Amino acid sequence: MSSIELSDDVASLEAGLDALDKPVTLREPLAARLRRSVLPPVVAVAFLVAVWLVVVALHLKPTYVIPTPADVWASLGQYWSEGAVQEAVWNSLRRAFVGFAVAAVVGTALGLLMSQFRFVRTAIGPLVSGLQSLPSVAWVPAAIIWFGLSDGAIYMVVLLGAVPSIANGLLSGVSQVPPLYLRVGRVLGARGFTAIRYVVLPAAMPGYLGGLRQGWAFAWRSLMAAELITFSPALGTSLGQLLQIGRELSDMSLVMAAILLILVVGVGIELLVFSPIERRMLRARGLNVGPT
Amino acid sequence: MTSATVSETPEGQWAVADLPPPLAPPAIVLERVTKRFSGDGSRPAVLEDVSLTVAEGEFVCLLGASGCGKSTLLSLVAGLDKPTSGTVETPAGGTALMFQEAALFPWLTAGQNIELALKLRGVDRRDRREETDRLLATVHLSGQHGSRVHELSGGMRQRVALARALAQQARILLMDEPFAALDAITRDVLHEELIRVWEETGLAVVFVTHNVREAVRLGQRVELMSSRPGRFVRRWQVEIDGPRRIESAGVSELSKEITDDLRREIRRHAVLPAAVTAGSRS
Repeated sequence: MSSIELSDDVASLEAGLDALDKPVTLREPLAARLRRSVLPPVVAVAFLVAVWLVVVALHLKPTYVIPTPADVWASLGQYWSEGAVQEAVWNSLRRAFVGFAVAAVVGTALGLLMSQFRFVRTAIGPLVSGLQSLPSVAWVPAAIIWFGLSDGAIYMVVLLGAVPSIANGLLSGVSQVPPLYLRVGRVLGARGFTAIRYVVLPAAMPGYLGGLRQGWAFAWRSLMAAELITFSPALGTSLGQLLQIGRELSDMSLVMAAILLILVVGVGIELLVFSPIERRMLRARGLNVGPT
Repeated sequence: MTSATVSETPEGQWAVADLPPPLAPPAIVLERVTKRFSGDGSRPAVLEDVSLTVAEGEFVCLLGASGCGKSTLLSLVAGLDKPTSGTVETPAGGTALMFQEAALFPWLTAGQNIELALKLRGVDRRDRREETDRLLATVHLSGQHGSRVHELSGGMRQRVALARALAQQARILLMDEPFAALDAITRDVLHEELIRVWEETGLAVVFVTHNVREAVRLGQRVELMSSRPGRFVRRWQVEIDGPRRIESAGVSELSKEITDDLRREIRRHAVLPAAVTAGSRS
């Protein structure tokens, strides 16, 4: 039949066009990618350590004020052998994860409510944005008065630090969803909660993930402020508490070791958890991954 | 009202009829539909007193310049918007709608986009994969199930969008300038593809375009619309024997006639320099 011939003809035509038109995506080889993304930060860290060594060598201040990298390393080793470092990192991470998880639930619910109901958005939008710029350490005195020197006080500060970022991230993600996607969703029969589940939330994912990422940074920061001030032996060793012990003992090596630990854990979670998720999501959507 | 003119049919290539022949029961009936977006009537209606009947299995092209309300009309038929007055009747089971952009969801693969349409229609999970593969084969994209949207060319994306529209199993397919953003070669191939799918499925198609040749190439009927307010001004029953191509003589000839009418409609909106100065003086 001629119609079958014709249809076969279209098929081969299309196959040819597809082969010609399909966008070509090149992927950098692993070695090149590592060289491009890992080498610069390693050089930067080496440079900072070098500057540090020069400053120490100049004898501007005695070594109990500016300790050498070796002193800091030794201090770290000592507290490690006592088990204090492991306990501190574990306690702080545990609190950060629990606090962040609760903040994610609350922030997501808040962000969804704000995105779906104009009244809620107008009513509490400015408040949430305002909270985002309020340093959460400002909540520590209130938290201690309400909850005493307890985990409760710490969690309150972490939540108030992280929730606004997550809610605002989701809100901005939803507001950037192309209206065309919503129309397509409606045509396909997605309404109400189904539309949120299958269209709005996935489409808003880039903004939402950005909010979660910022929420994590705020949670970690708030946690350190809270642990530093909410000082009680009953709470166990934590990174914030290591800082406080170092200050009381005037042990600058310990203080710097604690700062490094806080930095390493914060950056580590960012690099090991959030960056890969974000990169994968953006790449899957064909969006620019940007500098990493 | 629609003022279709009867003209001779040179060499039996096309005919202009007063009314569409009663082919099949109607799939879409628009009765005296008016749509305005300003509530107080300060701006002219986008659509004014528009009536249209599309039979089951019929392929109708709506043709018009900017501002004729073609897209608004599709939104009304798709149920995405409500008319200010008049009635829109469509069969149960809804309508499928395609846009100028493929509007595939970029967080899903090509196949998952189709599967989502099936899922939202309530198709059982076990049957979805098989049905998706069948639909991908229909648009000659077997093996592209796992392709990401950005890995596909514009034409391939529109074919996935077509497969997704077919997944809805609606009896009506609405198309809003679906090939306008594609290059001429791809568009030509997709015309052929669309006609093949239409013949296989027996869908009623309402195809909106501002491309006269495209309208004549595809449609059994071409409806010319005027702009501001949108109205139907003339209709042609396209009867060209044999397989049609964009460069067919019959297509060219009818396109010329329709283009002349379209230009006449557009000229009515010309703001002449004299009129502008007169307006600014007063």
